[in-house]
Amino acid sequence: MSTLVFLEHHGDSIQKGSLGVLSKAAQLDADTSAVLIGSGVGEAAAKAGAYGAATVYVADNEAFAAPLPQPRVDVIARLVADKGFDTVLFAASVLASDIAGGLSARLDAGLNWDLSDLEGSGDALVGKRSALGDTVRADVGWSSTPRLGLVRAGSFDAVENAAAGTVEQIPADTEDFSTKAAMVEQAHAESSGPSIEDADILVTGGRGLGAPEGFGILEELASAMGGAVASTRAVVDSGWYPYATQVGQTGKVVSPKLYIGAGVSGAIQHKVGMQTSQVIVSINKDGNAPIFEFSDLGVVGDLNDIVPKLTELVKERRG
Amino acid sequence: MKIAVCVKEVPDAGPSRRIDPTTLRMDRSGDRSLNVYDLNAVEEGIRLRDAAGEGEVVLVSLGASRALESLRKGLAMGADRAVLVSDEAAVGSDLVATSHVLAEALKAESPDVVLFGQQASDGDGAVLWAAVADRLRMPVISQISELTVEGGTATAKRQTEFGYDTIAAPLPVVLAVADSLNEPRYPSLKGIMGAKKKPQETKSLADIGVDPGAAGEAGSRTTVVALSDPPSRGDTIKVEDDGSGAQKIFDFLVERKLI
Ligand SMILES: Cc1cc2nc3c(=O)[nH]c(=O)nc-3n(C[C@H](O)[C@H](O)[C@H](O)COP(=O)(O)OP(=O)(O)OC[C@H]3O[C@@H](n4cnc5c(N)ncnc54)[C@H](O)[C@@H]3O)c2cc1C
Repeated sequence: MSTLVFLEHHGDSIQKGSLGVLSKAAQLDADTSAVLIGSGVGEAAAKAGAYGAATVYVADNEAFAAPLPQPRVDVIARLVADKGFDTVLFAASVLASDIAGGLSARLDAGLNWDLSDLEGSGDALVGKRSALGDTVRADVGWSSTPRLGLVRAGSFDAVENAAAGTVEQIPADTEDFSTKAAMVEQAHAESSGPSIEDADILVTGGRGLGAPEGFGILEELASAMGGAVASTRAVVDSGWYPYATQVGQTGKVVSPKLYIGAGVSGAIQHKVGMQTSQVIVSINKDGNAPIFEFSDLGVVGDLNDIVPKLTELVKERRG
Repeated sequence: MKIAVCVKEVPDAGPSRRIDPTTLRMDRSGDRSLNVYDLNAVEEGIRLRDAAGEGEVVLVSLGASRALESLRKGLAMGADRAVLVSDEAAVGSDLVATSHVLAEALKAESPDVVLFGQQASDGDGAVLWAAVADRLRMPVISQISELTVEGGTATAKRQTEFGYDTIAAPLPVVLAVADSLNEPRYPSLKGIMGAKKKPQETKSLADIGVDPGAAGEAGSRTTVVALSDPPSRGDTIKVEDDGSGAQKIFDFLVERKLI
């Protein structure tokens, strides 16, 4: 019985989420190792041992400089076959999801995703996840090995322990089709401006605003309430609002005292970024929008009617 | 350009979604429709075909025989035909089994581009295309918010945890599009009328050369052990806006001492 954890890195540092999964895996299975794939990642690898990896396998090659999934599938598939790992775990991310999906096909291995907890080990390993837009909780398992799991972002804390693992280089061979996709450009936003993570009150706008100009009414409400404006991925992708304001799996995790969502559907990847908000109020014209399932107060209606009126009421009270 | 769009029929969104406690499978008795995220993939397929000025858009799906009804929405939007793999032996397929069946169905089509939506609204997986791409030995790009396909190359912009990446890959290629990529068109009346007459094939596993043991529960590698209700946030208050929606929010916030 042995477990392998994929370590995702950005620049020189390994993602906290991966170290969290590694810490958890090491707790469940004493025989846990990790794999790090990249270019010039030797130093980062040495640190990973402290989070519970007996061995950190490293494929260090120029060919892995770009964070593309398919060459990494090749490396991990071979490592799993050579060493006989029976469980492979990932901290969910855009990259890790693509790797895990590819690996599942390559190894004919079961993949459970969106795991928020893990219990037991070996054949008794059980993952906890939600399903149907978080309306059902499920305990899921695997009927064969290797078992693949994608852990929901932020589920486990990275816990350092004393033992330092060893680092071992592994081959960096890739398949032909795996290297066909190439990185053309990476535009990595530096976070500037006030951080939405610090605001007590967040007014979040989604695609229901209809156009970038729609954010005007949210900015007025936020300023009347002394809060900040946040957004969804659909809005950011469309260029309506800056990336730094995006809440969710690929954006920021926030836990304000009050979250007001206007024209936000409440997709699971958005929800994971705001579910720890103390109070959630939502406005959506679709009575079936998933966000109503986890709101304290939900109003079914048009945000263009409701938001400006609410702003007036708040202003009156504040005088 | 031949474009295959993988689509799925799902239970309608909303609180009515349920799991059958005896089979631990999704209760499929309620209203069903095409996964909304697939509409963006269908839309993109139609746009790519029209921009190329030739070719066809084929919808490819695995599901119950009645799923053809949901697939018709894609045909009404402008897709050319539909292929539905429907077989008792494929019921209960997990990711491994589904990717196997879809890959075999796609091989029979030899498309230049395989499109997926960003996720299924029932499973929220966002991993299937990567599995299908591996089986087809094609490059894959996911979470695409901007796309051009020109001169045999797909170039796509996608969001990750760190910002935006632009990735290029030669055809044939598997592309998974984000819901921000485009605005899916509404089918015209003419489109709706014409959809029924477009070719709609239903294939069995045998038709696409898939061993029944590699599909359905037999071909699946994951299991559901138990189900429970999520911890409740307490009572959700849900109201219709009859003109007093803003006042209700205001009163609620005052009561909770949030303003
Ligand atoms: C790997 C991955 C990572 C992702 N990461 C993130 C992330 O970090 N953050 C994130 O937000 N999403 C993320 N997503 C995308 C997510 O799945 C959804 O697509 C996205 O959150 C939808 O944004 P939205 O709610 O603004 O748009 P939509 O889903 O289009 O919702 C718009 C809502 O507005 C309502 N509406 C329309 N007009 C009005 C009106 N006049 N008044 C009131 N309501 C109206 C509609 O009924 C609808 O419910 C990710 C997806 C994937 C696959």
